[in-house]
Amino acid sequence: MKKTIITVVGKDTVGIIAKVCTYLANNRINILDISQTIVDGFFNMMMIVDLSASDKEFDNVSDELEQIGQEIGVIVKCQREEIFDSMHRI
Amino acid sequence: MINISEVIETNQMIEKENLDVRTITLGISLLDCIDADVDKVCENIHRKIVAKAGDLVHTGREIEKKYAIPIVNKRISVTPIALIGAAACRETADFVKIAKTLDETAKEVGVNFIGGFSALVSKGMTAADELLIRSIPEALAVTDRVCSSVNCGSTKTGLNMDAVRLMGEIVRETAERTADRDSLGCAKLVVFCNAPDDNPFMAGAFHGVTEADAVINVGVSGPGVVKTALEKVRGESFEVLCETIKRTAFKVTRVGQLVAREASEQLGVPFGIIDLSLAPTPAVGDSVADILKEIGLEQPGAPGTTAALALLNDQVKKGGVMASSYVGGLSGAFIPVSEDQGMIEAVEAGALSLEKLEAMTCVCSVGLDMIAVPGDTKASTISGIIADEMAIGMVNQKTTAVRLIPAIGKKVGDNVEFGGLLGHAPVMAVNGFACDAFVNRKGRIPAPIHSFKN
Repeated sequence: MKKTIITVVGKDTVGIIAKVCTYLANNRINILDISQTIVDGFFNMMMIVDLSASDKEFDNVSDELEQIGQEIGVIVKCQREEIFDSMHRI
Repeated sequence: MINISEVIETNQMIEKENLDVRTITLGISLLDCIDADVDKVCENIHRKIVAKAGDLVHTGREIEKKYAIPIVNKRISVTPIALIGAAACRETADFVKIAKTLDETAKEVGVNFIGGFSALVSKGMTAADELLIRSIPEALAVTDRVCSSVNCGSTKTGLNMDAVRLMGEIVRETAERTADRDSLGCAKLVVFCNAPDDNPFMAGAFHGVTEADAVINVGVSGPGVVKTALEKVRGESFEVLCETIKRTAFKVTRVGQLVAREASEQLGVPFGIIDLSLAPTPAVGDSVADILKEIGLEQPGAPGTTAALALLNDQVKKGGVMASSYVGGLSGAFIPVSEDQGMIEAVEAGALSLEKLEAMTCVCSVGLDMIAVPGDTKASTISGIIADEMAIGMVNQKTTAVRLIPAIGKKVGDNVEFGGLLGHAPVMAVNGFACDAFVNRKGRIPAPIHSFKN
């Protein structure tokens, strides 16, 4: 299973998680883990998701989530998990 | 499983501290392009490069998207052209023709530099080597993306002083031919001692004859990441300092390793090496000088600079070799002047001289890099500077290089402006005493003895 990390960074506001999760549910993307924190006053959320059941390709999901982020004024980024694995795990 | 603080740390490195994959360089052997007819050689070169590198830029973009990490440059290095053109080129114009083909092909496949307009003459020059070297000023004046390098010596062979003397003239001539562009041609010309076959960084990249038909080499960089990490350990012991640099170098190299593996798979080309070099850019916060300051120097050039740089260079290598089994190229810290805002400031403040830079090159990768000197600097003086730097490489069994820019029409204190990644540079003073009688001697400096080290 190839996991994808979705990060959301921006000013905290109502409905950020709802918006992103609705999109994921509509596209049959399973959330494996979700956590959030505040860094320097900014809302930071990270989700580990699994795209394998989705009809959409990584590229599409990445573009569409970025679009949703723009609509609600936050930065949404999709990255494959390997970059974090290789950097933080020996 | 990955946790949120690790994700935030990685993304902060990318977004705020300029962590990037500096270059994916596709090395391509052109040995099978050799022909007795120069037009046929050009045709073969074009066909081979397009076939091998057609997908390079596209693949680079795909990887960028997948991991959200910038891959700043996609480049190509080729077999030294002196070898490829030897059978076909009868005059300098023939080599210039090949340079133009390289330039056009680079533009066609969308890479920003192509390296390998090179000759390896560490012991002697063939007629073709000399012809290529003499064609460099014209070739660099009429092309945009071609980079040239000449290897004039090695620890095993000694220094080819005939080539060093010639290169002094060639560097000057190249500056004159591109005087209207602040002598830009010289920013694409490197003179080496102990040149590596697998260096992915321009302008000195070429695809060595010992390499496979095609190979992917990746250069990663992140001076800003090291600087930020060091901010957190101010005043701590050397042990803590070194540990922090190593750990950071490890993380940065792992990203390069990931990108290299991915690019290698997608292009169906074997992975060669990772070059972890702290390569600065003119962007604020992307500076090796800033790291030296963070280590504890008021300005690079202050007493202690060479020791600080030695420490930095060594820890970068130590962290890097743990992160990838195939670390190669030049791996270490680069100290170009024009490409590093902190170095430029140190020169302008009077802290950093050419002589101190030369001392610094004894302990870091590469050498006198992107240094503008007065436009009236004599060819023999340039040869003298090259010979000094080559001697450091030869004796210390390391790669050294010289990329000097005689800024035609300019004097000490003036500024040359290259733009983009090449930056701008204050013209630095050169020792005015002559070395003509030394440089004009014919022949070679013999290889050094490897015993009686002291």
